[in-house]
Amino acid sequence: MSKKVLIADDEPNIVISLEFLMKREGHAVSVARDGPAALEAIRTARPDLVLLDVMMPGLSGFEVCQAVRADEALAGVKILMLSAKGRDTDIAKGNAMGADAYMTKPFSTKELAEKVRELLGAA
Amino acid sequence: MKVDKREIVAALLPGAALALWALGGGALFSATLEPAERSALGAMLEPRAALLLLGWLLLSGVLGWALRAAYLRWVAAAGRLAEEARVLLAADVEREIEPQGGAEIRDVADVVNRLAAQRGALRADIAAQVREASRSVEQERNRLAALMAELTQSVVVCNLDGRILLYNSRARTQFRALSSAPSVSGGAELIGLGRSIYTVFDRALISHALESVQQRLQRGAAHPSAQFVTSTRAGQLLRVQMAPVRAIATEGAMSRAVDAAPGEVALNGFVLMLENITRDFADESGRDRLLHGLTEGSRASLGNLQAAVELLEDEDVDAATRERFHGVIRDEVRAMSQRIRELASHTAQTMKTRWPLEDMLGADLLAAAARRIESQCGCRVSTSEVDATLWLRVDSFSLLQALLYLAGRLVDEYEVKSVSLRLAEASGRARLDLAWIGPTMSTEIVMGWETDAMRIGDESLALTVRDVVERHDGAFWFERERVRHESFFRWLLPLAASSEQLDAAQIVKTESRPEVYDFDLFRASEQSRELAERPLAELAYTVFDTETTGLEPSNGDEIIQVGAVRIVNGRLLRQEIFDQLVDPRIPLKPEGIPIHGITEDMVRGQPTIDAVLPAFHEFCTDTVLVAHNAAFDMRFLQLKEDSTGVRFQQPVLDTLLLSAVIHANQESHRLESIADRLGINVIGRHTALGDAFVTGEVFLKMVGLLADMGIHTLRQALEAAQKTYLARVKY
Repeated sequence: MSKKVLIADDEPNIVISLEFLMKREGHAVSVARDGPAALEAIRTARPDLVLLDVMMPGLSGFEVCQAVRADEALAGVKILMLSAKGRDTDIAKGNAMGADAYMTKPFSTKELAEKVRELLGAA
Repeated sequence: MKVDKREIVAALLPGAALALWALGGGALFSATLEPAERSALGAMLEPRAALLLLGWLLLSGVLGWALRAAYLRWVAAAGRLAEEARVLLAADVEREIEPQGGAEIRDVADVVNRLAAQRGALRADIAAQVREASRSVEQERNRLAALMAELTQSVVVCNLDGRILLYNSRARTQFRALSSAPSVSGGAELIGLGRSIYTVFDRALISHALESVQQRLQRGAAHPSAQFVTSTRAGQLLRVQMAPVRAIATEGAMSRAVDAAPGEVALNGFVLMLENITRDFADESGRDRLLHGLTEGSRASLGNLQAAVELLEDEDVDAATRERFHGVIRDEVRAMSQRIRELASHTAQTMKTRWPLEDMLGADLLAAAARRIESQCGCRVSTSEVDATLWLRVDSFSLLQALLYLAGRLVDEYEVKSVSLRLAEASGRARLDLAWIGPTMSTEIVMGWETDAMRIGDESLALTVRDVVERHDGAFWFERERVRHESFFRWLLPLAASSEQLDAAQIVKTESRPEVYDFDLFRASEQSRELAERPLAELAYTVFDTETTGLEPSNGDEIIQVGAVRIVNGRLLRQEIFDQLVDPRIPLKPEGIPIHGITEDMVRGQPTIDAVLPAFHEFCTDTVLVAHNAAFDMRFLQLKEDSTGVRFQQPVLDTLLLSAVIHANQESHRLESIADRLGINVIGRHTALGDAFVTGEVFLKMVGLLADMGIHTLRQALEAAQKTYLARVKY
C-alpha cells in the first residue's frame, strides 16, 4: 500500500538515506529543503507522513508542526520529528507542538522504518 | 552689696508693731475714759513720756534684732542655698556649697553637696564607659577596615536608601572598570561615601533582591542572601551577592528599622559582594557554543553516517546509490574530524558555569509576579493552580520581567482582563504557564513576542524572552486549548536540587543578634525633607575649583583644570577627589602660566572639556556645589552647557558670599584672607584641587559660624548669600 511521504530536511546527506529508505518501504517520496517549502508541500500535496527536521532555515520544524496542527484540514498528516536536539525540553516541546513521534539523531534506520510503519498503519 | 529689703522689714517690723499696738491701745483705752479721768491720765503720763519712749525704743531694738537674725538664719539662708544649688544644677562645676544658716538649712546644704558629689561620680563613670566603648568601636572599625582591605572580593555596604556607607579598595578598582569615562574620573563618580548605589545598579534589581532576602529571612533561612547578575552601562557583567544587615533594635534610636511591618525582619542596610564575570562569561559562552556544536553537530553527522552505513548493507542498492552513500560517509567523516580539530584547538575546560541561577520557592516567584502584573498592567491575576512545594532554579529577576512583559502585551494589545499563573511539575522540570481566556490570536504574532526586545512600561530592555529561556536552558512555547478557549505561554524551567530544605538546626532565630560588628553606620538615612530645608551640616557637597586660561569666559577663555573633593557628613574626604587637566584647544596665555603653573606640555593630550564635564557632572551627582567665587566657575560651566549637553543644576554655595555674610565688615574676602582669618593652613594652592581643599576646609568652618548666626538650612544660607551686596557682581 503506497503512501505519500514528505522528507523535510535541509541536509542532503540525510535526505539521500531517508529517500532511499522510504522508497524501499514502497512509499511515494517528495523532498522539501526548508521550512516554508515544507509547509507549502504539506498544504498542497497532503502527504500521509512528514519526516520533519527541527533545524531548518526559514521556519523551524517546531513552527511547521504547529502551523500544520493549527489547520483542521491537515489533521490526517502524521508528523515524525527528527532532530539533532536531544534535550528533554526539546522533546517535550515537539510533543506539545503536536508531533506524533520524535526521534533524536543518530537513530537506527530499522527503528525509523518501524516507527514509520507504525504511524502509517495506525492511520 | 545689694540691699535686702525684706531684711530691713524684718528689723523694723517689731518696733512698728509695738508703736502701732501702744498708740492703738492707748487711743482705744482713752476713748473709754471720762474727760476727767483722761486729763488725770495725761497728767500722769506726760512727765514719763521720755521713759515710755526709751522703753519702746529698747524693746523695738531687741525684738528687731532678734527677728532680723531669725530672718537671716532661716529665710535668707534658704534662698541662698537654692541659688547655689541652681548654679550647681546648671553648670558642670564641681564645688561644694558653704553650709550656713540654721541647723536644718545646713543639713539640706550637706545633702545637696552629697548629691552633687554622687552626680559627679556618675558622670565620670559614664564618660569612662563612653571612652572605653568608643575605643573598642574604633578598634573594631580598624579591624574591619583591615579585613576589608585584605579581601580579594569587592565589598560595598549600603543603607536602605542605597547610600554607600563603606567600601573597600577592591571595590574602588572594580568600579573604575564600570565607569563610562575611566580615564577621566577613575570611577570616583560612582563610588564614594554617601553616593547612591543606584547609579551603578538598577533600583528595581536591588529592591527585587532585597525582597527575596526578606522572604528568606521570614522563612528562617540560615543564609538569607540573594544573588543576581547584571550588566552595567559600560557593558560589564557583574555577579552580585547581597546579604542583609539587620537592624539592631534599640528603643526609638533606629526609627527606620522599627518601621518594619509585623512579621518582617527589620533591615537597615545591605552588603553587596561584587564579582566581575564579564570575561568568565564570554569564555563560558564560547565554550558553550563549542560544546553545543560538538554534540548537536555530531548527532546530525552520526545520524547521516549511521543511515548511510545501514542502508549500504541493503542488497537492493545499485552501484550509483552505493557511490552516493560512500560520498555521504566521506563527507561526514571529514566534517566530524574538522569539528574535533576545532575543539582541540581551544582549551576546553570541563567546568561549566552557566548564567548563575538561584534557588527560589516557585510560589514566592509567582506571588511576586502576580503582585507586579496586577499593579503595573492593571489586570487580575489568579494563582490558584500553583504547586506550593516546587523549588525552582531560576534567574528570578529576568524571569519576572519576562512574565511582566508578556502580560503587559496581552493587556495592551488584546485587552486581556485577567490571566492566571500556573506551576506544576512535569517529568523532572517545572512547568510554568501564563494562561488567559479570550480572543484568538495568531501564533506567528504571539511567538514574535519571544524575540522582540522586552519593554516594561516605558523601559526597554536589551533582553528578549528567548534570552531568558536560554539562560535557564529551558523551553518556551505558545499553545491553545480549543475546548476551553484558553491560550497560554508555557515555560519549562529547571527545578532546584532539593536544597534549601530547612534543617531545623540551621534555623536562625530572627530575633537573635547576628554576630557582626555593631556599627551604627546605618543610622544615617535619607530625610524625606526637601534638600533646601535640610541642615547644612547634613548635606553632601562637591567643593570644586577650576583653573582657566584667563578671566573672561565670554571672550573665549577656557577651563584647563578641574579639581574637586567631596564633603560627606561634615568630613572632607581627601580620598574622593576629581583631579583632571583639560586640553583647552587654544594656546595658553603666557601671563597665566606663573599663576596656575600649568604649561602647554601638561595640557597636550589631555581629554577635552567635552569628555571631562560629563564625568565631572556625574561626580557631582546628588551633592550641593561649593566654590569660592562660584559665579566665575559656574559661568564657565554654563557656557559649555550646549556643547557638552550637561547642565549643572545643583544648588551652589559660594564661600566668598558666605564670608561676606559672616564677616560683613572685613575688607577682603579673598580665599587666602578667609583661610587666614579662620586659622586654616594653606598649602598647595593654585592647583584646582589644592584650592578645592582649602575652600572645603573654609566651608566646613563656615558651617559652624553660620549656625551661630541662626543660619542652619541650605535655604537660609542661599538667601543670606544672595542678600550680600557682592551677589550683584556678574562675570
